[in-house]
Amino acid sequence: MSKQRVMVVGGGLAGLAATMKLAELGVNVDLMSLTPVKRSHSVCAQGGINSCNDQTRLLGDTEWKHLDDTVYGGDFLQHQPPAKEMAYWGPKVIDLMDRLGVTFNRTEEGFMDRRRFGGTLYKRTAFAGATTGQQLLYALDEQVRRWEAAGKVTKYEHWDFLAPILDDQGVCKGVVAQDLVSMEIRSFPADAVIVATGGCGLIFGRSTMSMACTGSAASRCYQAGAKYGNAEFIQVHPTAVPGADKLRLMSESARGEGGRVWVPRKPQDPRSPHEIPAEERYYFLEERYPTYGNLVPRDIATREIFDICVNEGLSVEANKPCVYLDLTHISRAELDRKLGGILAIYEKFQGVDPREQPMKIFPAVHYSMGGLWANYEKSEDGGMVAGSPINQQTSLPGLYAIGECDYHYHGANRLGANSLLSCIFTGLFCAPGVANLLESQEKVAAEYPGQLFDGARSDHQSRQDELLKRPAGKENAYQLHQELGEVMTKAATVVRRNDQLSDAIDKVDELHKRSQHCSLSDTGQWTNQNVTFTKSLLDMFPLAKTLLKGAFQRDECRGAHYKPDFAMPGLEGKTSADRIKEAELWCDRFEENTKKWLKSSVATWNEAKSEADIEYEDVDTSLVPPRPRLYGLVGAEEIEQVWSQRAAAKQEAVPGKANLST
Amino acid sequence: MSNHSSTTKRKTFAVRVLRKDSPESESYWERHDVEYEPDMNIISVLQKIASKGESSSGKKIAPVAWDCNCLEEVCGACTMVVNGKTRQACSSLIDRLLEESPSEIVLSPMSKFPVVRDLVVDRKRIFHNLKKVKAWVPVDTYSDMGPGPKQSRQQQEEAYPLSECMSCGCCLEACPQYLKIEVTRKNGETDEAFEQRQKEAYDKGFIGANTISQVVLFNNNPTGQMNAKERTDAIMQEGGIQICGNAQNCVAVCPKEIPLTTSIAKAGRAATIRGLQRIFDK
Ligand SMILES: Cc1cc2nc3c(=O)[nH]c(=O)nc-3n(C[C@H](O)[C@H](O)[C@H](O)COP(=O)(O)OP(=O)(O)OC[C@H]3O[C@@H](n4cnc5c(N)ncnc54)[C@H](O)[C@@H]3O)c2cc1C
Ligand code: SF4
Ligand code: SF4
Ligand code: FES
Repeated sequence: MSKQRVMVVGGGLAGLAATMKLAELGVNVDLMSLTPVKRSHSVCAQGGINSCNDQTRLLGDTEWKHLDDTVYGGDFLQHQPPAKEMAYWGPKVIDLMDRLGVTFNRTEEGFMDRRRFGGTLYKRTAFAGATTGQQLLYALDEQVRRWEAAGKVTKYEHWDFLAPILDDQGVCKGVVAQDLVSMEIRSFPADAVIVATGGCGLIFGRSTMSMACTGSAASRCYQAGAKYGNAEFIQVHPTAVPGADKLRLMSESARGEGGRVWVPRKPQDPRSPHEIPAEERYYFLEERYPTYGNLVPRDIATREIFDICVNEGLSVEANKPCVYLDLTHISRAELDRKLGGILAIYEKFQGVDPREQPMKIFPAVHYSMGGLWANYEKSEDGGMVAGSPINQQTSLPGLYAIGECDYHYHGANRLGANSLLSCIFTGLFCAPGVANLLESQEKVAAEYPGQLFDGARSDHQSRQDELLKRPAGKENAYQLHQELGEVMTKAATVVRRNDQLSDAIDKVDELHKRSQHCSLSDTGQWTNQNVTFTKSLLDMFPLAKTLLKGAFQRDECRGAHYKPDFAMPGLEGKTSADRIKEAELWCDRFEENTKKWLKSSVATWNEAKSEADIEYEDVDTSLVPPRPRLYGLVGAEEIEQVWSQRAAAKQEAVPGKANLST
Repeated sequence: MSNHSSTTKRKTFAVRVLRKDSPESESYWERHDVEYEPDMNIISVLQKIASKGESSSGKKIAPVAWDCNCLEEVCGACTMVVNGKTRQACSSLIDRLLEESPSEIVLSPMSKFPVVRDLVVDRKRIFHNLKKVKAWVPVDTYSDMGPGPKQSRQQQEEAYPLSECMSCGCCLEACPQYLKIEVTRKNGETDEAFEQRQKEAYDKGFIGANTISQVVLFNNNPTGQMNAKERTDAIMQEGGIQICGNAQNCVAVCPKEIPLTTSIAKAGRAATIRGLQRIFDK
């Protein structure tokens, strides 16, 4: 393997984990990133990282239950073998991060402390103050620096990945990239390429994500032929703080530590929140969801907050939709110890102390469940085969996708604190497979004919030259980005309607056409950020179009994708017998819908038509049979009853199984 | 908040930016009149300047170059000098700045690092120094070996603040002992030769408060402790802790309120002990 190299694009948690593991396996790695890797978006993660642990085990928790919560929370849209592997790796991942020096919070006795996150009844979430992502990222960054010092890793920071290089068999043999300082465009031969470039929140203009989260790298792979899965599934986080440049996240841990969401019962009650007595406050999540209370899964919390403000007119403020997230009943000392970091952010950016005043929050685009389609090899025990080069491979051989930019783990909705886990897990888990791929190769990429790499380079050079030569004064990229964000936020976030989506498809198409005439206000050849931004904007359109088309076609509600016209309402019957009858019909309809829609969308970019061709892929649900998500639905009890009878009957019907259960 | 200040009534405000087109070219000031909006920060000001594309005199200009990523003061990318104080552009709120200095807002790049363009500087030296002191926990393997050593709450509470350092460089900009090192490429010099020369130059300069604090962080980690000597040796070389004049400027400006002078004192004690040890070892 001495001459072979792997190119890792992206130095967030996923890319760094893959890099250090590959280096440990003796592989030479090139690591490329837009920002210095230590400044990657993963530093923003606040709340924590999940795994089953010794404390939850005492209460009956298992890795299997973590799998169950993950797929139930994701509305069963993820293949279960990868989700299982991830859940079973959870404890190992956290142990490793502990050994690497992450400053996880401790209990009195010196064990790792845990908190509860949404969508589970167990305290699975390990955390380091309120900057868990930063602490995890730094630990991996340090390890990668160690390998850099040892000569196994070469970093290319301030480089923009422009495209994968494919040989005539369609196998990925390197990348073309641009130095953001000198603007030099260059080819890098690589024997495998791992893309770990994070989410695509900037398609929505403002989101909780960082400025590098344009999705441009994933889009460039997609346009080069890689398939893209479940684009329509975008998580909107229930609690963010609206700002002019960014929607800053207020972590779910604020609710995990006891934060309560409410609005005054009287619309826009002018009194200060402290003067409003308990009975005049509407704790709507607690009232509507007695079991989970403020910790219902994200999609549900988001919809309820949206509904309270938009449909019920109960927003705290008249001209700006928002609700209270209240921590003021918790002691200052406890808040400082457990949530210091995020409260400081609120205070810093809003100028109000959230220990004294309830925060004002509203939902914001937060996470892309969809991403580059990736493969896996299923093992006999229903997980993944360790060391298989197929794991995490995209539809282009030799090109891998991990972290937020793959589509694998979170189905239709991601559980809080599961993403940091999936990022580190995919990085660590894919590395041995990639090393094995290298073992099996006969020829080193660097020894391929030079024209493969020169051709790719000069191709991108001429595109760049064309962009710089465009006549001045045409379309402005920043303006177009804002318009794109507005269209996408309106049509494709919390509530989706087909008329709005089809309207948005036309509008985005028009913006896409206009973007072909973007001209630059800076035509220089040195640190030209205008060029970089314009290129990333151009590449947002294929993803935006795929997302809209996927959402338009999916006539159902699943996880974060909510279309009220296709929602399955609760039961209305007055008597229990009526409701049972209704529940039977409800379950019939649910089964029909499952048959039709429990499928991932898998898109291929059609350049000629400038739109996505979408196929649908069956989901492997061999471990946990799909069941309805009934959080808070009227008649949930009866539906549950009918459903479990049916499930039991199915179990009996499986030949051989019936005997076993007696 | 902003309701109390007189600034809400203003329509525009002046921003003066110290620009530089490339490392070789001269710096120059450029003035912009920016339309006031509530809740602005320096990032939104720079975005406005970029989309407008002209200066206050109506001259067509290229957008000002600057770095940013997280926009919530955790990545350290957007550090620059705002009204004479080094800080993060994303958490510099316009209302506050105008209260401090109503006539104009002045932006310039950090002065202790080579300017790449406008407000973008090259902070590679920070990361080089982290390498020099081996700021990591040298585990045997990434395979599953169970959890790390148990740690008390107190240990965690001491380590956590140090681990929040985002390598922004504010402490270095403020430090009288940390001087700019700019190495320019010679004609025809290869990448490798240039980088080598750069590293050698970095190794001569002061390593800075942030790096010393990282040494303390890792030397107190139960596993990191095992190579404490190596790290302490690294801060006793040329450009090491002995250069610190204890001016305490660093601790006053750290946006993460990291107890840098406490770290420097701890590292200083460790260095003294190590110095004696080395004499006896001979
Ligand atoms: C505010 C916030 C809070 C969160 N909190 C939590 C939490 O508590 N728990 C949890 O589990 N999850 C949380 N998440 C989600 C989680 O942080 C992310 O999903 C995760 O960090 C993504 O990591 P990543 O490694 O996939 O990519 P990122 O960390 O986004 O890194 C992407 C990398 O790719 C590089 N890159 C991108 N494009 C290019 C290009 N064109 N060329 C070269 N390089 C490129 C970037 O420079 C960067 O290095 C949170 C997310 C947000 C927004
Ligand atoms: S205390 Fe030392 S490191 Fe800090 S500013 Fe002074 S000289 Fe620099
Ligand atoms: S110690 Fe503080 S000021 Fe210095 S680099 Fe770290 S965070 Fe920035
Ligand atoms: S953009 Fe990250 S600190 Fe300002």
